[in-house]
Amino acid sequence: MSGTALTTTPAGRVAALARAELTLFGRSKGMIVAAVFVPLVLPFSARTVVKDMDLSGAGLNVGLVLLPGAIGFSLLVAVYSALIGVFVGRREELVLKRLRTGELRDREILAGSALPSVGTGLVQSLLLAVGCAVLLDVPAPEAPHLAVLGLALGLVMCAALAALTASFTRTVESAQVTGMPLMLVSMAGSGLAVPLELMPDRVATVLELLPLTPVITLLRGGWSGELSVSASIGPVLTALAWTVLAVFAVRRWFRWEPRR
Amino acid sequence: MNTNGHEHVIEVTDLRRVYGGGFEAVRGISFSVRRGEVFALLGTNGAGKTSTVELLEGLAPPTAGRVRIFGRDPHTERAAVRPRTGVMLQEGGFPSELTVAETARMWAGCVSGARPPLQALGLVGLEHRAGVRVKQLSGGERRRLDLALALLGRPEVLFLDEPTTGLDAEGRRETWDLVRELSDGGTTVLLTTHYLEEAEDLADRLAILHRGLIAATGTPAEVTAAQPSRISFELPEGYFVGDLPPLGRLGVLGHEVEGRLVRLRTRELQRTATGLLGWAEQAGVELGRLDVRSASLEEAFLGIARQAAAGSAADVKEYAA
Repeated sequence: MSGTALTTTPAGRVAALARAELTLFGRSKGMIVAAVFVPLVLPFSARTVVKDMDLSGAGLNVGLVLLPGAIGFSLLVAVYSALIGVFVGRREELVLKRLRTGELRDREILAGSALPSVGTGLVQSLLLAVGCAVLLDVPAPEAPHLAVLGLALGLVMCAALAALTASFTRTVESAQVTGMPLMLVSMAGSGLAVPLELMPDRVATVLELLPLTPVITLLRGGWSGELSVSASIGPVLTALAWTVLAVFAVRRWFRWEPRR
Repeated sequence: MNTNGHEHVIEVTDLRRVYGGGFEAVRGISFSVRRGEVFALLGTNGAGKTSTVELLEGLAPPTAGRVRIFGRDPHTERAAVRPRTGVMLQEGGFPSELTVAETARMWAGCVSGARPPLQALGLVGLEHRAGVRVKQLSGGERRRLDLALALLGRPEVLFLDEPTTGLDAEGRRETWDLVRELSDGGTTVLLTTHYLEEAEDLADRLAILHRGLIAATGTPAEVTAAQPSRISFELPEGYFVGDLPPLGRLGVLGHEVEGRLVRLRTRELQRTATGLLGWAEQAGVELGRLDVRSASLEEAFLGIARQAAAGSAADVKEYAA
């Protein structure tokens, strides 16, 4: 990367921006703690709670609850929540405005800024999968394509939702608050802590429409192998719908400059 | 696009910009800039300089009117225009935790035909600060980093929004020299400033903006020539304005009296001065605090601010300083 290309390409521009953003990531202690420490430690401490659940009736086991939940938690903390802070922080420092004066397209600016956090979410998920296999005797996924699909959808959707939340967040401080609703709703209702299989059917039907629920469903199905193709269409469509909605809302409402 | 063989690289026609709240920042302005020209937009704070430049940079669409850079719309034809322009915003937006070199490298990766980052930093004398974090730079150094980034892509058109604000006298000189050098090399420069001497020294042509409209435009000499020259003095003890020779006959356009101090405005400075001094000589009196000055850009600027002053005395004060 000499950085002196005769004409730049979208990929080259995104890479240049992502590289700078990765450097910043490495210099922010808060980001490192939130991105590395919390998601990797929390699921194992949740193990004792999950152990006491009556899972066998729903055809589940501790690993099948903990692993998708841990990945979902990582998506929420390392990708969604962290990226709100990144987008709002860069806007506050007028970095986004400055970037927009150049050849970068708007979507490239958002993609380049998001890449390190999305990468973190990906690495964490892989580490969690390996960690759970080793420490909790979770077997290899029965339907890996579903797990990969779920993870990919989750990463893209969380980045898009973060940009959307950032559209309505004024300061880095308030990013802690504006990200809360989705974090809490997802933790309680998307099967991160309590599988939807353990809830009343009518409640579960509604909760299936939450953004993170299809991701967890696909991940769990990927490991259990008990999600048929027809049963996976609904979750995929739900996740896609949320992503498309978020992208449209971002195009419409994203703010590139701080309010004065 | 071509008039007398001079290509207009910037063309602005009836440009308007109204903000969400209904504030009309730019109220219908037109001007054009030829290749290699340095064009300055002068104005008080709130005159509409930055609002105008942002439209030229293509950061926002105009509410009405037209902007063409190289004959193209900088907002809708971004991909065609951006590789050929360089932008220095009024406030540089850089992540504070990156070093100067990292910032330049990042920007170089986003610019077609970029100079090597260190060479660009050298242009503005920042190469010795390459390893320093942006947050540790002084305000002037930040302006120079911003300028270096604007120059990274060897732009044909350079937009500089208050490029020397916050620089010390030496830094300002260096920036002016650099702008002149670029202009000599064929770069078209559009800059905003509220330093009058900057516009006078640097600009081939300028426009004075006032409340979203162009109040005066032309070469610095033309804009200045449209303004009257001034003579001020203190009347000797026991004399009144009526004791002076008839002012109209001396070519005086108007006068103000403030205590003993008299101010005359004229377009015929030599005639007025000769008449006045001849009278003083004959009467055997001394004119205290005598000050004779031809019109300057500052006079022009203050005149425009004063004409439209109605309730905005702050404008005058700021530029009189």
